[in-house]
Amino acid sequence: MSRTLFDKIWDAHAVRELPGGLTVFYIDRHLIHEVTSPQAFDELTVRGLTLRRPGQMLATADHNVPTRHQNQPIQDPLSRSQVDKLTENCARHGVELYGLGHANQGIVHVIGPELGLTQPGLTIVCGDSHTSTHGAFGAIAFGIGTSQVTQVMASQCLLLDKPRRMRITVDGELAAGVSAKDVILHIIAALGTGGATGYFVEYAGSAIRALSMEGRMTVCNMSIEMGARGGLIAPDATTFDYLQGRPYAPQAENWNRAVAYWQTLPTDADAVFDAEHHFEASAIRPMITFGTNPGLGMPLGATIPVLTDVAEAAGLEKSLRYMGFTAGESLLGQEISHVFIGSCTNSRIEDLRTVAAFVKGRQKAPHVEAIIVPGSQQVARQARAEGLDQVLAAAGFELREPGCSACLAMNEDKIPAGAYCVSTSNRNFEGRQGPGARTLLASPLVAAITAVEGRLVDVAEYVQQLADV
Amino acid sequence: MEQFQTLRSGVVPLPVENVDTDQIIPARFLKATTRQGFGKNLFADWRYGADGQPKTGFVLNDPRYQGHRILLAGQNFGCGSSREHAAWALYDAGFRVVVSSYFADIFRGNALNTGLLPLQVTEPELQALFAAVAADSDLALTVDLAAQTLSVPGRSEPIRFELDAYKKECLLNGYDDIDFLLSQESAITTFEQNRPWIF
Repeated sequence: MSRTLFDKIWDAHAVRELPGGLTVFYIDRHLIHEVTSPQAFDELTVRGLTLRRPGQMLATADHNVPTRHQNQPIQDPLSRSQVDKLTENCARHGVELYGLGHANQGIVHVIGPELGLTQPGLTIVCGDSHTSTHGAFGAIAFGIGTSQVTQVMASQCLLLDKPRRMRITVDGELAAGVSAKDVILHIIAALGTGGATGYFVEYAGSAIRALSMEGRMTVCNMSIEMGARGGLIAPDATTFDYLQGRPYAPQAENWNRAVAYWQTLPTDADAVFDAEHHFEASAIRPMITFGTNPGLGMPLGATIPVLTDVAEAAGLEKSLRYMGFTAGESLLGQEISHVFIGSCTNSRIEDLRTVAAFVKGRQKAPHVEAIIVPGSQQVARQARAEGLDQVLAAAGFELREPGCSACLAMNEDKIPAGAYCVSTSNRNFEGRQGPGARTLLASPLVAAITAVEGRLVDVAEYVQQLADV
Repeated sequence: MEQFQTLRSGVVPLPVENVDTDQIIPARFLKATTRQGFGKNLFADWRYGADGQPKTGFVLNDPRYQGHRILLAGQNFGCGSSREHAAWALYDAGFRVVVSSYFADIFRGNALNTGLLPLQVTEPELQALFAAVAADSDLALTVDLAAQTLSVPGRSEPIRFELDAYKKECLLNGYDDIDFLLSQESAITTFEQNRPWIF
């Protein structure tokens, strides 16, 4: 029978199917961080259990770490205690930890792929909803709650109901200045913030295949923002080229065996999905969000929609009141005081290169605070090796140390109440970047242009200049 | 996990759609390393002003709804972050049931693992419930998990809701998935001996 990429990996990891439909589902890799793991370790201890496969786990400190002076003790006592607890738990239970100061430290969804831990055909979980990022490699990867973290620690399995399968096909060529971030913001704007609830999404089509691994990760990362359990993309030569030679990738003769297996994974030609959506790449424009969920996005030059459905209009009205916008208005010219470039969505080397290429020889607007937080120590090293740090500093950007930072503002990196922030992160929820902060999600290029202009502008003119370079 | 069998309680109406877990419990309150105590910060930014004082107008501060243990919320409740702290905060604040027309997947699982029942009704039923609570703030609903019914005063037939049979047994008896998964030890061990996709 014809199967989808998702089905093939699912079937391979089904330990047992129970009467009634639940599956005992095996987990190959379990990533943990300081915020959603302490209660799970405690539960394990209370029950007198041990980790079943510590060798299949990896830990890092990212959500709650400062992005300045990481070589010094963490100032906030609660944050310090949480990070210390991770260190203690990892030492006690034998889990590899890439903590603060380690050369491999970084955002959990950035380091997994760059170390080669994330591979096609694997199942990967983490107590973080953006675990869907790893699906870019053709893996089943999804976020779990802390009780499930304990379950995986104890049994290496979860008890799951099988999600329905959705395919989102994007065909054609993206216009100059349109990136993977715009693709996914476009899709979420069309399907809505709950539009893929209950589904696991496969992204397909020529525009998806043309994306780099960084771009594919950006797309899969935001699957959760339309409610999907996860997103994944068929592995291909781009995937294999990215992985080859990375520390945890298969080595020597194992490499060829691995590639041969990975090539069997893509969806069979006549496999059937429970839902299908199609998008035309050439119709996608640089995007911006105007509301307080990621589904409330539009092309940068468009006007905020005026809704006729009463319930929808009430929701939008609440959202716009928080943002200080009104239905029907354009956001061009809107003054912006903060620009945040970072997060598991857009903090990889390709994102930093995009920003640096644009700001080279330019200056951020004087009233803008622009911070750029690399996704990992490896990204930071690469940026320095390429001289991007100098370019960014000369343009007035502050290059910080790796972590989740102002994406969720658990640490000191908060946007002030009422301030507008163009952010390359994944969520524009009320208060996400700090109480009262107003977040507009966009691509790294749009963020860089906004930092220079100090307000939202139509990027078409700049894009033409970039295309001419 | 505590058992859940039946509950008769008043309702707290929150007619907002797409309530994300950042609203339920903002990230800055996730620094605790235990499960207890999140209830005081439930809906913190909707519930308290910058000065820490309760905001009049937010439903949790409305004296008419104090002590009610059923939250009635708009569709797609619990979207966003996977933080189980959201379910813990609701539970810690006294809620045992959330009624909505659909839940975000991760939140639904987290709620069930916390002993909080995510009770799904149709959108018309949800709107009828909002109208009924608007007309009578003391309206008491009865949830019977074994029968999978939600009884509403003045309505001849109770609303029947769906729940996976296994999760229902867990909730009725206070079991969680760890107990079950550990009972699968021999099947898991056999499975682990053959994972040809690990290179």
